[in-house]
Amino acid sequence: MSVHPPTDRPTGNRVLLMGTCLCDAFFDDVAKATVEILEHLGVTVEFPCDQTCCSQPAFNSGDWKASRKVARHTARVFAGDLPVIVPSGSCAAMNFHGNLLQFEDAPDEEVTSLAHRTWELMDYIVHGLGVTEWKGELATPTKVAFHHSCHSRGTGTGAATAGLLRTIRNLSLVEFGQAEQCCGFGGTFSVTFPHISGRMGTLKLDHLLEHEPDLLTSADMSCLMHLGGLADVQHRAIPYRHAVQILREALPAG
Amino acid sequence: MHQKIDTYARTMREEKQHSVLMGATASTEKRYSVLHQDFEDPDALRTLAAGIKDHALANLDRYLADAEGALTANGAHVHWATDGEEAKDLILGILRDHNVTQLTKSKSMVAEEIHLNPFLIENGIECLESDLGEFIVQLDGDEPSHIVRPIIHKNRREIAETFQREHIGADYNDDPEIITRRARVHLRKKYFEAQAGITGANFVSAESGRLVLVTNEGNARFGMAPVPLHIAIVGIEKIVARDRDLAVLLNLLGRSATGQQLTVYTQFINGPRGKDQPSGPEHMHVVFLDNGRTDVLASNCKEILRCIRCSACQNVCPVYRQASGHAYRSPYGGPVGAVLSPLLFGKRFPELADLPKASSLCGACQEVCPVDIPIPDLLLRLRDRAKKEHVKSPGTPPMAPFAALATNPAVWRTSMTMSKAMNHLPIRFAPVAPLQAWIKQRTLPEWHGGDFRKWLKERNDND
Ligand code: SF4
Repeated sequence: MSVHPPTDRPTGNRVLLMGTCLCDAFFDDVAKATVEILEHLGVTVEFPCDQTCCSQPAFNSGDWKASRKVARHTARVFAGDLPVIVPSGSCAAMNFHGNLLQFEDAPDEEVTSLAHRTWELMDYIVHGLGVTEWKGELATPTKVAFHHSCHSRGTGTGAATAGLLRTIRNLSLVEFGQAEQCCGFGGTFSVTFPHISGRMGTLKLDHLLEHEPDLLTSADMSCLMHLGGLADVQHRAIPYRHAVQILREALPAG
Repeated sequence: MHQKIDTYARTMREEKQHSVLMGATASTEKRYSVLHQDFEDPDALRTLAAGIKDHALANLDRYLADAEGALTANGAHVHWATDGEEAKDLILGILRDHNVTQLTKSKSMVAEEIHLNPFLIENGIECLESDLGEFIVQLDGDEPSHIVRPIIHKNRREIAETFQREHIGADYNDDPEIITRRARVHLRKKYFEAQAGITGANFVSAESGRLVLVTNEGNARFGMAPVPLHIAIVGIEKIVARDRDLAVLLNLLGRSATGQQLTVYTQFINGPRGKDQPSGPEHMHVVFLDNGRTDVLASNCKEILRCIRCSACQNVCPVYRQASGHAYRSPYGGPVGAVLSPLLFGKRFPELADLPKASSLCGACQEVCPVDIPIPDLLLRLRDRAKKEHVKSPGTPPMAPFAALATNPAVWRTSMTMSKAMNHLPIRFAPVAPLQAWIKQRTLPEWHGGDFRKWLKERNDND
């Protein structure tokens, strides 16, 4: 979605972490890296333990009645006035854009409040906390392909991530063609349109791997899970990490 | 249980898929470079264009009346048609009044929408498509698959074979220049035999009644030059308030459509031939068509009426590129069609309710749309509508169990760790969206359900 997050979002050194269901289920290390990097930057991270999912699977599949239920639950869990940080461009966009859409006929105060406090993680580090340089280095020279996830179109995430990664020593970002094209994940889309989703992913991989990167990265684990899984089956396996895991890897030891 | 568009893409000829993918990709790249080379901030222009269209749509009643007044004062006849049937009968009536048996038609999406051509042919009127692409579609008994390039799905070998079969030219030749020259010779003869020309219109100015027609082949112009009768069929959403609005829209249309600064021919027609004009039709009829548009205007998807049919969203759309326009079972394919076609289907909405599902919601369409239509939002609203109207959606997993799980944190937490215990059991136990279909094409990462929470708890306990 070409969405623009609210311009008046709160910042500060106390935040709530929305871990995302994907990190809850598969990518625990991304959530850990998120906590460690935010703490490294002097931020206190709270993790409301009643959190579940942002409601996106139901929202995208068209069952807004079901997804509004989940969204209301989530908004209650994250009530208050602290910034809500999400290590996923797509769940963040759900909070500040999708939610407003599914409640457009009957706005919900808590849901609206969540929309106005949600930041995607990389966007928060760079534009919320003002960190524009990452003083660190990778152990060996590493070529990284950065996939701009679609749900961060129109937000600060893409520029923030690429900009910050570029300042890491021993890391180079590789250019590739048709960067605006989607990886083909799209949540339930990849289940209901398996052929088209697979073809989209294969094309995306062709471009991403064109200049033989050592690593794929993105601000969305969902795209990476899909791309990495496809690459595996196609015998061109490639490691992938969330950008925040790379930031952690580049931290000076100790 | 499969989605029709996915099945279409899976069973489509490889050669056709290749033509669509290549053609659409090339158009996207051209569009991008031209817009960015010419304008410092193309987005500002898009916002302006969206505003122009929104203003016209918000005051459509007034501007349609103005356009009618201006056109009538200029000597044209204005007609109103609520649906396709009415429009077709009206047009047939006008043609019979003028004893027309043969006409040429330039490309018009509304004409496709109401199936004007087959109707006229059925009624004994020879109706020749004069746009090269549409002409080839007509020869082949095919359907257009793209708004701007109707034969984007064909390669030049296929076109050369069609010409050979139809004896257009002496032999097989797939040189694009030769193909074009042969079509020209064939069509020119037809222009002079015709007694009427039918066109669409890209824009209509309410201020002057001016119809704007853009083509790259000059075929609309040719079609009108030698005939006494011009009929234009126009969707009511084509209205803009003033002549000067056209400057903004024309600047965007050519660039967004084909990466041209301006289409080769841009015609402004505000009435029939005047006293001092040496040529042109003496009679001009304009048929304004509603065909569901006022319903769209009253719906929560009215932004789609801003569309100027540039095809940029089709070209950039990864689903369109894989599936072609034919997969959308309507004249409008790709993102614009996924919104517009089901809406224009009115009561038959369920038949096309699968179209809005054929999108990963990547948003590339909105990013390129010259009138900034929030296409992904509209797709989502239509998905919500389909669900509310209980339209079945093949393969879409039921979401009520997910919602039950995701609103019960204790059960959620347990199921996270339980699924871990069942690490190698079917993935359907995962509380995230169903992922079984995945395993065929992709490997899944290892299940780490609940690990982060455990790590966090241990850390806090140690503090
Ligand atoms: S929806 Fe926008 S991009 Fe698509 S054809 Fe219409 S104007 Fe062009």
